Amino acid sequence: MGQYLLSTYAVEGEVRGAPRTPEEMQAFMGRVVALEAEMDASGTFVFGGALHGPDAATVVRVSDGGVVMTDGPFAESKEHIAGFYIINADDLDAALAWAGKVVDALNHPIEVRPFRATGRVKDSVPPGA
Amino acid sequence: MNRTVAAHRETERVFREVYGQAVATLIRVFGDITFAEDAVQDAFVVAIDRWRTGGIPPNPAGWIVTTARNRAIDGLRRSARGRELHEQLEVVASTARGRGDDREEGGPVSDDQLRLIFTCCHPALRIEHQVALTLRLVGGLSVNEVARSFLVSESAMAKRLVRAKYKIRAAKIPYRVPAEADLPERLRSVLSVVYLIYNTGGDDPERASLRSDAIRLARSLAALMPNEPEAAGLLALMLLNESRMPARTAQGTLVLLRDQDRTRWDRTMIEEGHAIVRACVRRDRPGPFQLQAAIQAVHCNADSFEATDWPQIVALYDHLFSFMPTPVVALNRAIAIGETEGPGAALTALDAIAADLDNYHLMHAARGTTLRRLGQRDAAKAAFERAAHLAATEADRRFLAQQIEELVEDGAPSRHRSDGSG
Repeated sequence: MGQYLLSTYAVEGEVRGAPRTPEEMQAFMGRVVALEAEMDASGTFVFGGALHGPDAATVVRVSDGGVVMTDGPFAESKEHIAGFYIINADDLDAALAWAGKVVDALNHPIEVRPFRATGRVKDSVPPGA
Repeated sequence: MNRTVAAHRETERVFREVYGQAVATLIRVFGDITFAEDAVQDAFVVAIDRWRTGGIPPNPAGWIVTTARNRAIDGLRRSARGRELHEQLEVVASTARGRGDDREEGGPVSDDQLRLIFTCCHPALRIEHQVALTLRLVGGLSVNEVARSFLVSESAMAKRLVRAKYKIRAAKIPYRVPAEADLPERLRSVLSVVYLIYNTGGDDPERASLRSDAIRLARSLAALMPNEPEAAGLLALMLLNESRMPARTAQGTLVLLRDQDRTRWDRTMIEEGHAIVRACVRRDRPGPFQLQAAIQAVHCNADSFEATDWPQIVALYDHLFSFMPTPVVALNRAIAIGETEGPGAALTALDAIAADLDNYHLMHAARGTTLRRLGQRDAAKAAFERAAHLAATEADRRFLAQQIEELVEDGAPSRHRSDGSG
C-alpha cells in the first residue's frame, strides 16, 4: 500500500473546466460527492481540500536570525495548486484508476505523485509499511 | 586463439539472450530492478570464469538465475545493512509465494519476462524511457549499446535509465501483466515500443542492429502471448519488411519497391512472415499490425511490381483505415489507388490529406511521383523539392535529388523546342 497526492492546478487563478453556471455547479457537486463516497467506502480517502488562491499565501523565512514574512506565494509562477486529494492505493495502476475518476468528476487535469514518506518524522515509516 | 575468441563471442551472445530472462525472474524474487541487475552482473562475472573451463551449461539462463540469487542472498546475510534488507526481501519473496507463486526458483519463468515488458512500457513513463528500459532490461543491450542507438553519451543514457527506474520504484509501477480489461491497450503500447525500436533502426544504417533487436523482442512477445494475434502480426510485419532490406538501397540511394531486384529479397524471412499472416487470417481476429503485415505479404508475394495484387492492397488499406483512421494510412492507400485507378484518382486522394501531412516528406514525394505521371512537371519538381527539404535520411535525400534531376533532364528538350519555336 502507498499514498499518492492527486492535485489540481489553477492557471492564473482560473481552474480550467470549473463549473460556471448554477446548474453546472450542482452537477459538479453531485459528481464529487459520489466520488468521495466511493473513496470512503473503499478506504481510499485520506484527506482532501480546496485551497484559496496564491494571493492569500504568505511566505515565512529566516533572515539575519529573525523570521521574515512576505506576502504572496513561494514560487513566482502562473500555475498554483488549487486543491488536492491524498489517497491510499496499492500501486500506481490503482492510483491512476482513481485519478481517472477524479478527472471525470472535476473535468480538469490532475497530477499524481507518490509520497516518499507520510506521518510524523519520528515514526519515520514509509507509507503503508 | 580463434577458439578463445569464438567461445568469448558465444558467451556474450548467451549473456545478451539470458539477461532479460534472469533479470525478470530476480525482480520477482527480490522486488527491485537495480538489485536484480547487480545480481545478474555478478553472476556473469562468475560465469565468464567457470564457463571458460567447464563450457556453457545446458540451461544457461537457469544457471545465471540460481547463481545470482544464491550469491545475492549470501551477500545480504554477510552485512548488517544486508540482514535488514534481507528480512524485507524475504517478506517480498514470501508474499510472492503466498500468492500461489511457489514455483521452483531454478530457472527463468516466461511470465516474469512478460511482467517486465509491461513494466518497462508502462504509459506513466515517457516514451524515450520506455524504449531505453526495454532495450536494456528486456533486450539485454549494454548501457553503451543503448546509448549509441540513440546517439547520446553513455553517461546521459545511464542517467536516463536511473531516472526511469527511480520512477518505477517511487511511484510503485506494478510488476505484473495488466488485467484482462486493460490488456489490449497496454499490449498496444508494448508493441508500439518494439515497432518504434525497429523503425529507429530502419531510418539509419548506423543503427541497423536495432532492427534485429526489435525482431528478437517481437519473437519472444509472440511466443509469450500465443493468444494475442497482434503480437504475431507485429513479428510478421517486421520480418516481411526486413526481407526487402537487401534490395532497398543501392550505393546509398533509396530504391523504390517498383525498381527493386526481387531476387535479393530474403526468402526465409518471407516464408516465415507469410506463414504467420496465414495463421492470423485463419484466426480471424484482425488488428492494425496484422493488417499491415498482410499488406507486406501481398507485396512480397508478387514476382514484379506490375504483378502485385493492387486491388487486394487497397482493400487491406480500407480495412486498416477502419482501425487506424490516420492521414498516414490514408497516404498509403492513396498510393495504392494510383495503381488501381490511375494517377488522377491518387492525386484527388492525396489532396484530401495534403494539409494534415504538410510536414511529412513521404506525402510530398508521393505527390511528386503522381504529378509526374500526370505530366505536371513543374508541380512535380516543387513537390520533390519540398520532400527533399523535409527528408531525414541521406538515402532519402539522394533519391529525391535524383528525381528532381530527372525532371529537369526530361524538361530540357521540351524547353529547347519551345525556345526554337518562339
